[in-house]
Amino acid sequence: MTPKPKRITDIGPPNYEKFLPPVVKRNYGQWKYHEILSPGVLVHVAESGEKLYTVRAASPRLLSVHTIRLFADLADKYCGGYLRFTSRNNVEFLLTDEKQIEPLKGDLAAAGYPVGGTGRTISNIVHTQGWVHCHSSATDASGLVKSMMDGLFPYFAEEKLPAKLRIAVACCLNMCGAVHCSDIAVLGVHRRPPKVRHDILPNVCEVPTLIASCPTGAIRPATVNGKQSVEVIEEQCMYCGNCYTVCPAMPLNDPDNDGISIWVGGKVSNARSTPKFTKLAIPFLPNNPPRWPEVVEAVEKIVTTYAEHAKPFERLGEWIERVGWPRFFQLTGFEFTRYHIDDFKHAGLTFARSAHLKF
Amino acid sequence: MAEQNGKSKTKLLDELEKGPWPSFVREIKKTSDVSPTCDDLLGQLELSYEERKGHWKHGGIVGVMGYGGGVIGRYSDVPEQFPKVAHFHTMRVNQPSGWFYTSDALRTLCGIWERHGSGLTNMHGSTGDIVFLGTKTDELEPTFAELTKAGFDLGGSGSCVRTPSACVGPARCEHACYDTLKLCNDLTHAYQDELHRPPFPYKFKFKCAGCPNDCVAAVARADLSIIGIWKDEIQQDDAAVAEYAAKGLDIQKNVCEQCPSKCMNWDGKKLTIENKDCVRCMHCINAMPKALRPGKERGAAILIGSKAPIVQGALLSSVLIPFVPEAELMETLKELVSRIWEFWDEYGKNRERVGELIQRVGMANFLDAIGLDPAPEMVTAPRDNPYIFFREEAAK
Repeated sequence: MTPKPKRITDIGPPNYEKFLPPVVKRNYGQWKYHEILSPGVLVHVAESGEKLYTVRAASPRLLSVHTIRLFADLADKYCGGYLRFTSRNNVEFLLTDEKQIEPLKGDLAAAGYPVGGTGRTISNIVHTQGWVHCHSSATDASGLVKSMMDGLFPYFAEEKLPAKLRIAVACCLNMCGAVHCSDIAVLGVHRRPPKVRHDILPNVCEVPTLIASCPTGAIRPATVNGKQSVEVIEEQCMYCGNCYTVCPAMPLNDPDNDGISIWVGGKVSNARSTPKFTKLAIPFLPNNPPRWPEVVEAVEKIVTTYAEHAKPFERLGEWIERVGWPRFFQLTGFEFTRYHIDDFKHAGLTFARSAHLKF
Repeated sequence: MAEQNGKSKTKLLDELEKGPWPSFVREIKKTSDVSPTCDDLLGQLELSYEERKGHWKHGGIVGVMGYGGGVIGRYSDVPEQFPKVAHFHTMRVNQPSGWFYTSDALRTLCGIWERHGSGLTNMHGSTGDIVFLGTKTDELEPTFAELTKAGFDLGGSGSCVRTPSACVGPARCEHACYDTLKLCNDLTHAYQDELHRPPFPYKFKFKCAGCPNDCVAAVARADLSIIGIWKDEIQQDDAAVAEYAAKGLDIQKNVCEQCPSKCMNWDGKKLTIENKDCVRCMHCINAMPKALRPGKERGAAILIGSKAPIVQGALLSSVLIPFVPEAELMETLKELVSRIWEFWDEYGKNRERVGELIQRVGMANFLDAIGLDPAPEMVTAPRDNPYIFFREEAAK
């Protein structure tokens, strides 16, 4: 009998050094400054005087192997086979020959992957799986992103904003994307408590784990038709879906009540102001696939209002803090409702505790 | 499946092939020659678009032998209608630091996924992994064998160390205050066991950002946020400052007046920075990267506790150690992390992130537990309530 080959495990990721282009290896840690040559094109200049040109192209994040091979072929053709992806899922080609920038841009445009997203633009929208692959999504993510970016495309391809603007989509409160700190967050929400499937619950779920999963303590043990199950105290449920993640007998998908909420003014950068959470702008818009026109319209309204009123370098949240939230609602025309007033932990911190008022 | 009797079966999704932004629907359709799952994935997604609800079921424990994570079990809730996606599991593949690749490495990954899965990926998932989207249970081991043979390994899922990630760092950024790519790689390799075999109450994320611009959202998304910073003075090139002014940058209005600590003065010729008042926010450096650069004494601030809302509400990370020199980062982190995990392991509740644990037990108790002294950099202000729980040994 031939011995089984040894199973390889725990080798970790490959070392990044073998994927770095030679120009990066030569100038690693020795970059002096950078400039934006045009939207989507950067030049980094090293202490040595060497230059590295970056061409950033849009990606839908969900990529077929064919498209990845297309990117690989373009990297071979223009930059010695070296490329990278960004934290916002753009693809970046790393060139040393400035003359190759325009031909590469041409090939990318012809293939349908336009260049942009640097500087004072809207870069790619980070997003989650949605209906393509998630169990708890209250909406689709890829379709929302596609619809919004089609509408906002001029802001990706040209520097038309006071500062960068980062949009993120998460299809439920679990927020696999960092939407809680983006300039604009589009968040799928459920609005009704889970419907308990008493018929299958005892077979597929551990009741103590299920009860412990609820952040507001809204789930209690109950006996239904002589079988162990649970009940939901509906007034305490805020539809986070945490119970459904640990127990598939607690589905909360509901076409008429699931939809979209829109949040604004977050940031992760420390530039000027400290990092901030997003705040509620619109509590609910309907799911209206395939193009979500209500959502696209609302996001475009926020972007154009910000572009018109903010000062250079001011991020969306910084602009709103300067002019005040009443003016944000007035300028956008969004309705301020009871849902905009926080009632979770530390809610009082967001009450206006002064007589600083603008009229 | 794309057509039946000359009519498209994905009328709603077809709408999303139009427009200037690259289309995910076209990406899915492109894989029709890779795997038959493509048709049923499109079919089920079209159904979701018609009915306005998702059709996936959570979980089921699937994985590769010896690992407790890296594979997300996914099942259709309409398998009779779409049998080819009845099982449609995701594999998370640990990305190289900074998401750098060669074309050959990408082709290797594509070949593996074409042989064993749907041919669809995410480049990349939210945490940073390469995501292989959709395969059957019996393809998991063969995929894993080919991946490891090619030098790749799975990333994290569940209550484990999640795949660490890093910004582009010193590979292409003049702001990098430490080697984010190396630290990310070293951390990932140091914690392979904790990454593959979930040992914790819940997930634990590391993110390495090279400067306070934080391009990997470490302050918002990592339980341990390692954010590059410098201690000495901003490096200043007066000639380059003058060049920015000559080119039309309003230095008074757009640099000095937007400085949060008002530590800069521009007299029309010379920029003066009161460095001891600087909070290292990066604004002036971002506005004039040719003229201003982080100082030379570089390292990182270590912050703890950020997370998305589930379970007890979203948190941003807060300062734990204001400055660690770059040379001491890895050793400091290893010591710190072992103490944090020991405490979290003992006192954390199921599905309680370390940030929530700190909220529940109090930062002071947490600091006692991990053996760190309190420091004024950790708070925006001292407490404003008088409910001080004095310890017995402090009172007489």
